[in-house]
Amino acid sequence: MLKRHIGWWLALPATLLVVLFLVLPVAGTIGSTFGEGAGPFAPYVNFFSSGFRRRVLWRTLEISLATTAISLLLGFLTAYVVSRAPRNLKSILIIAAVFPLLTGVVVRSFAWLIILGKNGILNNLLLAIGVTDEPFAMLYTQGSVIVAMVYLFTPLMILTLVGVLENIPDDLIQASASLGASPGSTFRQVVFPLAVPGLIVGAVLVFTGSFTSYATPQLLGGEKQMVMGTLMYQQAMVNFDWISASTIATIMVVITIAIVLLMTRVAKRLNPMAT
Amino acid sequence: MATRIPLPLILLTVAVYIFLVGPLIIILGAAVSDTTYLTFPPQGFTLHWFQRIFEIGAFRRTIVTSLQLACLATALALVIGIPAAYALNRYRIQLPTWLSTVFVLPILVPEIVLGFSLLKSVAVGASLPIFPTLLIGHTLLVLPYAVRVISASLASFDFSIEEAAISLGSPPSRTFFTIVLPNVRSGVIAAFILAFITSINDVSTSLFLTGPGISTLPIQILAHVEQFFDPVIASVSVLLMLLTVAVMAIVERTLGLTFLTK
Repeated sequence: MLKRHIGWWLALPATLLVVLFLVLPVAGTIGSTFGEGAGPFAPYVNFFSSGFRRRVLWRTLEISLATTAISLLLGFLTAYVVSRAPRNLKSILIIAAVFPLLTGVVVRSFAWLIILGKNGILNNLLLAIGVTDEPFAMLYTQGSVIVAMVYLFTPLMILTLVGVLENIPDDLIQASASLGASPGSTFRQVVFPLAVPGLIVGAVLVFTGSFTSYATPQLLGGEKQMVMGTLMYQQAMVNFDWISASTIATIMVVITIAIVLLMTRVAKRLNPMAT
Repeated sequence: MATRIPLPLILLTVAVYIFLVGPLIIILGAAVSDTTYLTFPPQGFTLHWFQRIFEIGAFRRTIVTSLQLACLATALALVIGIPAAYALNRYRIQLPTWLSTVFVLPILVPEIVLGFSLLKSVAVGASLPIFPTLLIGHTLLVLPYAVRVISASLASFDFSIEEAAISLGSPPSRTFFTIVLPNVRSGVIAAFILAFITSINDVSTSLFLTGPGISTLPIQILAHVEQFFDPVIASVSVLLMLLTVAVMAIVERTLGLTFLTK
């Protein structure tokens, strides 16, 4: 009896941990938002009836989309160069991308406080070269949050894409060149289509990561640039409105899972390797 | 013959790398500046701010808590994750396909939602003390690394070697420790390092599970930045970076870093 189910027994402790402490609590959070107040969807009606909260959701989407687009572009072009670099240089470039990735989110966001602050490096530089007489207020703007998030996620994009681009054989690129394609059209017509599945994986990672982030928007956006993560924290720990916080949590979960499922389907359809 | 890369693309790559590494150098500079405020380039040189970290009780306590959490959560995740990864590969036919999806859930569910849900259901709902709740949260956070990275190693392991050992009379549990585990050693080390670093840097899961009595280092850094803007933050950041360097040096020594792009 034990022998026949040995696979189950071995997987049981880890499965129990996930079910008891992740699935059930998160289901509880989602469940608590239904049947609360007047009508089954009262907390959601409440959320979307507030202009401020709609604005927060919209801002979070804007920041995440901008972060995803910029880090996709930078990551893709950089990863292409890294993947075609000579061996030694390539490992140095990979280490240089891994290192920021392994440095914590708080540390990396904090660096941008020193750079973008009122007496920060960038303002001092701009004052010194005479671009401006007054320091710019760069912190607590949407731009500062996006810059820090691009900084946060570009290494992840590079590493995801280097693996994909390395698998494109050099022969293929040379064949395209020898058949008369310019480097630009080889890049567009050969490299890009083959990298699409990797680009989608990278985009999903960055979008969901920035959509649910807390530390970066908290440090660089503050109250002025409230996003879903910081709003959820405020509702739960400052206003002690757990239903409202649970509603925000549910919206985050739904959007995250929807994006993952949607993009997985798109990736399957677009994969040129699939037959 | 290597592919020729156009010059603008090379310049862009250089710019991206300056963008990636520059801020870390700025932190390094700010940490040794002999001023009472954060500045770069550093004015003077002092290691005073590193000493100051340990004079602040909150930093001392949270460093200990973070290290304890990272060690315990990583160990726990490996202890339950390795058998799960083994079962998923060795007994794939017995087990339903959805089981491997279960171990993706901690990645799929936003960390901040996990932290909040643990606070609601476990810390408040089941009145479990904060530290065990934090430990559960961190173990869940790093479990996918244990299961997925080790699964990937096991996928290329030839289970007929294990069967050979068993048919020659080695007991199954001994076979596991002497035959299977040594063959996936690099996977276990990789999982350990990724899990440890993820735990020690975590903000979103821990955010809701800290209070006046107990906190983790990244949360303490966040709280400190909002009150003071002094070089202690930079020096404590450097301390965290040094830890990362140490861990990475160990990885580089044992298996090389290229596995991270896989």
